[in-house]
Amino acid sequence: MKKLLVALSVLFVCFAATAVVAAPPIRIGGLFAVTGPASFLGEPEKKSLEMLVNEVNAKGGVNGSKIELTVYDTQGDVTKAVQLATKLIKNDQVVAIIGPSTTGETMAVIPIVEKEQIPLISCAAGIKITEPAKRWVFKTPANDHVAAAKILLHAAKLKQKSLALLTVSDSFGSSGREQLKVLAAQKGFTIVADEVYSPKDTDMTAQLTKISGAKPDAIICWGTNPGPAVITRNLKQLGLKIPLYQSHGVASKKFIELAGADAAEGVMLPAGKLAVYNRLKQNEPQMPVLQAYDQAYKKSYGVEASTFGGYAYDGFQLLLGAVKKVGATPEQIRNGIEQTRKMPGVSGVFTMSTTDHNGLDLSAFEMVRIAKGDWELAN
Amino acid sequence: MNLSQQILQYILSGLSTGAIYGLVGLGFAIIFSSTAIVNFAQGEFVMLGGMLSVFFLEVVKLPLWLAVPVAILTATMTGVAFERLAIRPLKQATPLSLVIITIGGSILLRGLAMLFWGKDTHALPPFSGNEPLTLAGATILPQHLWIFAVTLLVITGNKLFFYYSISGKAMRACAHNRRAASLVGIDVQRMVLYSFALSSAIGAMAGIIIAPLTMTSYDVGIMLGLKGFCAAIIGGMSSGLGTVIGGIVLGLLESFGAGFVSSGYKDAIAFVILLLILIIRPQGLFHRGESERV
Repeated sequence: MKKLLVALSVLFVCFAATAVVAAPPIRIGGLFAVTGPASFLGEPEKKSLEMLVNEVNAKGGVNGSKIELTVYDTQGDVTKAVQLATKLIKNDQVVAIIGPSTTGETMAVIPIVEKEQIPLISCAAGIKITEPAKRWVFKTPANDHVAAAKILLHAAKLKQKSLALLTVSDSFGSSGREQLKVLAAQKGFTIVADEVYSPKDTDMTAQLTKISGAKPDAIICWGTNPGPAVITRNLKQLGLKIPLYQSHGVASKKFIELAGADAAEGVMLPAGKLAVYNRLKQNEPQMPVLQAYDQAYKKSYGVEASTFGGYAYDGFQLLLGAVKKVGATPEQIRNGIEQTRKMPGVSGVFTMSTTDHNGLDLSAFEMVRIAKGDWELAN
Repeated sequence: MNLSQQILQYILSGLSTGAIYGLVGLGFAIIFSSTAIVNFAQGEFVMLGGMLSVFFLEVVKLPLWLAVPVAILTATMTGVAFERLAIRPLKQATPLSLVIITIGGSILLRGLAMLFWGKDTHALPPFSGNEPLTLAGATILPQHLWIFAVTLLVITGNKLFFYYSISGKAMRACAHNRRAASLVGIDVQRMVLYSFALSSAIGAMAGIIIAPLTMTSYDVGIMLGLKGFCAAIIGGMSSGLGTVIGGIVLGLLESFGAGFVSSGYKDAIAFVILLLILIIRPQGLFHRGESERV
């Protein structure tokens, strides 16, 4: 009996000792639309975040603390996102949340994190998330208007004056259309045609014919696959020689595959740097991050890393930087993220401030041109 | 492009999308004319045709000339299975509950397609090249000619089948009066099965010949199905020329609407026409009203 007692107390002392040595874990939460209609965003985001957490923990954690990650699937559902955010904060006691994947979910979660004072790093692109800046809310994808501005800058360089818009009639297209119109007016372009199409339309020759009658210097199309691919083919079919810009919504090889290398030849679009990193200059500040992310992702999951997964990657790097520099309470993390200066990430180089909780500028995108079924830099 | 070239282009664009709508609409009309059911799963057979041929071409690696018939065959089998499993077991069902079952069936087929093939969009290679053909300044693709040709073929085939073959005549008899048809010895259930087989085969064929142009994914069936339904309504649910003309009217209205009014109202134009026809001429544009003898 006495021996047992001694053994037990030794054990107890050991436990107590380890508890004193190892710092408490840092609990963080992930909210992603892993299934459902936005799963093309949520799935790579979840995978990227899990990969990074494993990587950091394998190296012994951050400042001696392991990171405990809890990820919930919102299924792209606003109500679920709100419930799960509350659960992360109340039950799992996380110090920060990365996600949600879509703008609608993020807007619904914002009041909760503002009230509970937990930093939220959203992976959604909507401009209203960080404009105006909210104390506890950050986001990593660049705003749509940055892509629009990038296109117009390129058009100005090519001395194109009159533009035709052809946008999809969903939220992505209509927000792009509004921003293009505002920016074009500011920069002195004239919009000579403003046409739309529905996401499931199968033939846009009618719109393009009308556009060709207005004789624009260039056409800007704003949508996600398959519409833009149909438009690219239709333009080729009609034999129109008007330069065509696409949005960052189709910045993947899938677009070239659908439109066909032949029809897509010469199409220009703003792309995140991940798509073209092996064509960038070696001294590009984002280079090491892009390379590391793409290779690590390929090694872990056997597929190429995507821009979307990069949103969660950047979110975690912002968080990690803040914990290292300032500390691991919600307040310290928030302050740390806001103090981020020139941090190279996947989506761009982040410089946060009290009024800018996105921190990306025009350099987040690279103008590319499609040549022989592949990307080339358009400069 | 000058105005006359533009108008010609609108006509060509309208004709080519219209032929697609007409072809999809024929499937609706065939089932309706032998069973009085509106089969809302028809759009899904169009999707199945496209997706199956992509699957056989790219995953199973069959050559195109083989992938197409195999895809049509598989889609037809699916149509037959659908009739056997979902329509036939309901002995005393009203047409309304059968229509609702077809909606359920369409959701099921779409869901299964999403699980099997994912959510990506796929494109089939064009059957005979991609070089546009120019006609007085307006252009058209070789694939459009395929669509016109197949549409003509299907109309002629339907006409011959429904008016000169014994099964076709029997199917028409079922449409007029099921009870009377069964009294003269027609196996009504078999005719219903035939109509499902025929319409899923035509639907799949439509899905395949349009896939090189419009591309295909698990959810293309919804909109194509609706437009095809519109075409069938305009054509008065006839299994021949009427529906195809209905589709072409719809296609022309859409392309001229997009060209001269606003592309934002393109779909609205189609559905306003649908409502107007349902209100003013529910028997379709080309049908004489049927009088019923009591």
